Amino acid sequence: MTLLQSLSVGAPEVVLAAGICVLLLVGAFRGDRALEGLSWASVLLLALAAVPLFDQAPGRLAAWNGLYVADAFSRHLKLLVFLGSAAAILVAVPYLRRLATARFEYPLLVLLATLGMAIMVSAQNLLSLYVGLELMSLSAYVLAAFHRDESRSSEAGLKYFALGALASGLMLYGASLVYGFAGSTSFADIAKAFVAGEVRNLGALFGLVFLLAALAFKVSAVPFHMWTPDVYEGAPTPVVAFFATAPKVAAMGLMLRLLYEAFGGMKADWQQIVLVMSIASMLLGSVAAIAQTSMKRLLAYSAIANIGFALIGLAAGTAAGVEAVLLYLLVYLVMTLGAFVALLMLVDADGRQLEDLADLAGLARTRPGIASALAIFMFSLAGIPPMFGFMPKLAVFSAAVEAGLWPLAVLGVLASVVAAYYYLRVVKIMFIDPPAGVVVLPGEQGVNPAVVGAAAAFSSPLGYLLLGPLAAWGAEAARALA
Amino acid sequence: MIQAAIFYLLAGATVLAGIMVISARNPVHSVLWLIFAFVNAAGLFLVIGAEFLAMLLVIVYVGAVAVLFLFVVMMLDIDFATLRAGAMRYLPLGLLLGAALSVELLLVASAWEAGAIAPSAPPRSGLSNTQALGTLLYTDYVFVFQAAGLILLTAMVGAIVLTHRERAGVKRQDPFRQASRTPAETIALARPAVGAGVETEGGVR
Amino acid sequence: MADVNAIALEYLPIMIFFGLAVAFALLFVGAPILVARLTGTAKPYADKLAEYESGFPAFASARGRFDVRFYLVSILFIIFDLEVAFLFPWAVSLAHMGEDLVFAWGSMMVFLALLTVGFIYEWKKGALDWE
Repeated sequence: MTLLQSLSVGAPEVVLAAGICVLLLVGAFRGDRALEGLSWASVLLLALAAVPLFDQAPGRLAAWNGLYVADAFSRHLKLLVFLGSAAAILVAVPYLRRLATARFEYPLLVLLATLGMAIMVSAQNLLSLYVGLELMSLSAYVLAAFHRDESRSSEAGLKYFALGALASGLMLYGASLVYGFAGSTSFADIAKAFVAGEVRNLGALFGLVFLLAALAFKVSAVPFHMWTPDVYEGAPTPVVAFFATAPKVAAMGLMLRLLYEAFGGMKADWQQIVLVMSIASMLLGSVAAIAQTSMKRLLAYSAIANIGFALIGLAAGTAAGVEAVLLYLLVYLVMTLGAFVALLMLVDADGRQLEDLADLAGLARTRPGIASALAIFMFSLAGIPPMFGFMPKLAVFSAAVEAGLWPLAVLGVLASVVAAYYYLRVVKIMFIDPPAGVVVLPGEQGVNPAVVGAAAAFSSPLGYLLLGPLAAWGAEAARALA
Repeated sequence: MIQAAIFYLLAGATVLAGIMVISARNPVHSVLWLIFAFVNAAGLFLVIGAEFLAMLLVIVYVGAVAVLFLFVVMMLDIDFATLRAGAMRYLPLGLLLGAALSVELLLVASAWEAGAIAPSAPPRSGLSNTQALGTLLYTDYVFVFQAAGLILLTAMVGAIVLTHRERAGVKRQDPFRQASRTPAETIALARPAVGAGVETEGGVR
Repeated sequence: MADVNAIALEYLPIMIFFGLAVAFALLFVGAPILVARLTGTAKPYADKLAEYESGFPAFASARGRFDVRFYLVSILFIIFDLEVAFLFPWAVSLAHMGEDLVFAWGSMMVFLALLTVGFIYEWKKGALDWE
């Protein structure tokens, strides 16, 4: 009985795991020519795994002997993650074909990473947290080095792996400390063991710091961001589009859940750390991006800065803050995905992928459609009203002000202004500079133009039309947590 | 008494091996010292009654991981002398990290002495360590167990994606075809006239 | 640590066996050296360490590059090694499962099925073929 119950509560993961096995076998027998079919089948599988998310009874459903929970929070994040993964699978098909690296494992590795992320956002125990994180990371390392014949890609994979393994080590060390002092790995028991107001538990504090450091690595928050620009630059562009979206959302979700559900009693302690990470990420991400010449590196620093902004909501430590983080993640996912896919569509006459800022010069004249989409993404990432990207920034800042952290909000606004400079520089290069070289759009585009168009529409002021339902949805998810 | 003696013997050997791993000039020797450290650590696990972990350390770490390390050390053909030249520069940082970890260990030890760390619930009585682990792992923790299986699956896919190459012009073995050959289709009897020979243009099947 | 003595007793035969092996190894290596020293025939000099007969001096470093395929084989070995490691506690605890017996059996079967999927994938990819 409990098994059936667990299977039905954990249906998204069960469906995904079973589907992955089937698709892997199909791929093994059909070979690389099955790439396109498998990609669509993977998206179908993700849709299938998302069905139970709408179907489940509202409220908290525990499963697998307390290792797993399905609540509004996990359902919200899972939907975002599935969306990001599905997009990452589809946009890669034309790219992989073009570069003759069309190996059928790509969608499967993304699916495995997605399964890991789904486990992460539903984790109720340090053990399930760790296996989910590891499943996601292991697939991500392989994806980063997917172009194994290109030295940049191998380098990205190796760097990501070496630093990621270090972060896993930190996480395990922290988890073992927490387990030692709490006597349990379950979030509920940890929360019971570390109650606010008592004498400060130094051991638990060390454990918390280690866990936070490892999670900061996964969301690439300063000071654990060093890998981000190098990995983003070296890894294949569709893979980067994936890295910058779904795993960030999942890792942030995990961080929220861990801090609120397991360490709710130590809020005063983790708030300080999150505060520092937030400020450092915003400032470093905004300032360091100015000097970049590669678009991928620029977007990497943009990712660091955006995580800093999202962390403001977490640092606020209120329900409104959590809600703001969720909205931020949602909008950020769409904007970043759009920006990377637009970049993915640009190729020069030799078929080389265009990645430098200088290559974008005069794009507005040669490729007005893509240039205007990119401009929308840049304005929106900069948080300039009336773009939709302004909304989540406003939400996190107001959450910070409500929580009495107005210096943080001021610093955030300051960082936004600095960041606006380099976002606008991209727009200037595209619209004002004379065309640099021949930009061609590769013949086969797949769904990419549709993805870019939809993302651009969402990031533009049209996005406000969806604000009502999105905010209500996020509020429900936030209520499940805080 | 004997327990303490065995513990200090194994622990001392582990620490010595650890120092030798980082100070040995020859990287292959480093790996061999690492194996020595693993074996001693396995002995330490035995002393506290964790037989399964001891066995795991020997089978997985000594038997497989150390072999992989040897492969990697040999495969990379790195000039370790130049690599080591900068080691002294990183010594302060290394010492700092070592000090931080030792402080935390001391913290845990003192917390243990003070009773802040409660020993976890004892396993069901009458079961050995390994059996107690087994009764939990496959039932209560089945979720993480299966997730571990998926991680292993990912590792397999990853290893093949990153290193396997289809080589052109390679003759593959096809066991099914080999086994299903019958004499009728492989043997052709011929009785050529003296001096005539046999026509084998196009090969003999 | 009350049960440590019990464990030690369980392992007594292998301990004795091990001790005996070490003693014999020391004897066989040590005795000739000792005898040589005592009878005055130990006269080490460099030529005794040189190559002789059909041997030849080393002409390159022993550290050469291996084909990456060795690595693939060994990493696949590690994965299955870990899988086997999961079988041990399962095997010894199955008898103590009580009403969970079927569940525990089934969960291992699912685990093995996952790995079998990986195995079929490996086989079809030709990762297990050498050439």
